[in-house]
Amino acid sequence: MKKDEVPQDKSNLESANFKELCYAVDENGEYTTVNSSGWDPKTIALNKAIEDIKERVEDAKQRVLNNQSSPIEYYMEFHKMDLPILASYVGMWKWRVKRHFKPKVFNKLPKKILQKYADVFDVSMEQLNNITLHGN
Amino acid sequence: MEINFTHHQSAHCENGVISNLMKHHGFQVSEPLAFGIGSGLLFCYIPFLMVNHAPAFTYRALPGIIFKRFAKRVGIKIKREKFKNPQQAKARLDENLKNNNPVGLQVGVYNLVYFPDEYRFHFNAHNLVVYGKQNDTYLISDPVMETVTTLTDKQLEKVRFAKGAFAPKGHIYYPVDFPKELDLEKAIVKGIKHTCKDMLAPIPVLGVNGIRHTAKLIRKWPKKKGVKKANHYLGQIVRMQEEIGTGGGGFRYIFAAFLQESSNILNKPELSNLSKEMTLIGDSWRDFAVDASRIYKNRSAKEDAYNNVATQLEVIADKEEVFFKKLKNAIK
Repeated sequence: MKKDEVPQDKSNLESANFKELCYAVDENGEYTTVNSSGWDPKTIALNKAIEDIKERVEDAKQRVLNNQSSPIEYYMEFHKMDLPILASYVGMWKWRVKRHFKPKVFNKLPKKILQKYADVFDVSMEQLNNITLHGN
Repeated sequence: MEINFTHHQSAHCENGVISNLMKHHGFQVSEPLAFGIGSGLLFCYIPFLMVNHAPAFTYRALPGIIFKRFAKRVGIKIKREKFKNPQQAKARLDENLKNNNPVGLQVGVYNLVYFPDEYRFHFNAHNLVVYGKQNDTYLISDPVMETVTTLTDKQLEKVRFAKGAFAPKGHIYYPVDFPKELDLEKAIVKGIKHTCKDMLAPIPVLGVNGIRHTAKLIRKWPKKKGVKKANHYLGQIVRMQEEIGTGGGGFRYIFAAFLQESSNILNKPELSNLSKEMTLIGDSWRDFAVDASRIYKNRSAKEDAYNNVATQLEVIADKEEVFFKKLKNAIK
């Protein structure tokens, strides 16, 4: 990549007001570094990934509202987590966390365990029990 | 309390921390040199591991290992510590800052508040330097950022004790012992040899073979996984290749810069020619990313479009195979 070919496309980096560093060759064939504001092929990939996450969150939300799943799954998706990550944060086995996705099991959980989830998701107990109280 | 520390932006966090810490201690080590000596270049498909609901690919060596190899090869000693208890981790950090010693920390990205929201995933192998503390605020030099930044002690504790794969556990590290002069020549040769060995390894998922294996997977995805998943997976490959940290072309450009610098240090003009060749290979990776992005942009992907990018990967694999064989001979 030549120095003047380093892409300067619009990207999500703009919101944080910073540019990333790329390596490119100058007129004399020497390597140098150039700041880049972004590149469309990867911005598209990132935006697609974020869209996918939003879809997953919305999907989980509907299932919770239909009483097919517990709020734990919704908050997990909201925080871009998957089962292994959530299990690691609450310090429980994966199968145990998965079991808590069942509304029946969730409704009988002791306060202590619910508090663990609430802390990890950074929500109040009321919000944990009722996802409609969760902002955005 | 603030240590007189100069922040230099780098493409990748781990090389950047190495380079910045070395410069602080009076050794001019550039980012490409740190990357090359630490044999950072790689390609690997990691079977069975899913990241963000897609298979895992990497263009670099395991987190932490670049610094480890670098230290061993140039003869510096690093002190590393992990903690169970956040208080202890904080105490050790404060102690070092009091002794005027800037330290490297491994952190998780998800709660890193100065990153744009879109980039905050559960990725736990990010690196930064802490170079001071004012009241409850730590002064942070994050190598991928253009300028220095800050984190409160609460925010720092959160990222130091992120959970999940590669959990940092408060990991703190800093060089403690330096030789009088760095033996760069030997270190460079070792670094290059190791990279050639990795890239030409007779293991199906690693190096050149790994690239071919990935091409095969791409051909199968649209039929086996459906268009939606296939596109998501393809997007993941491009992100691993190009997202913040690779310097472009899946680290291939940084590696080319390393070869150019090495050619001067070792006085080997062949390396300079090979550097040019690597730049062209990097360009091929960029072309691959452009074509792949056309596929996932258009949602309705045709099967021959997947075959087309897969073929591109196979061509890259062939080029890299020839390249690393030449490089191996050049360094003998």
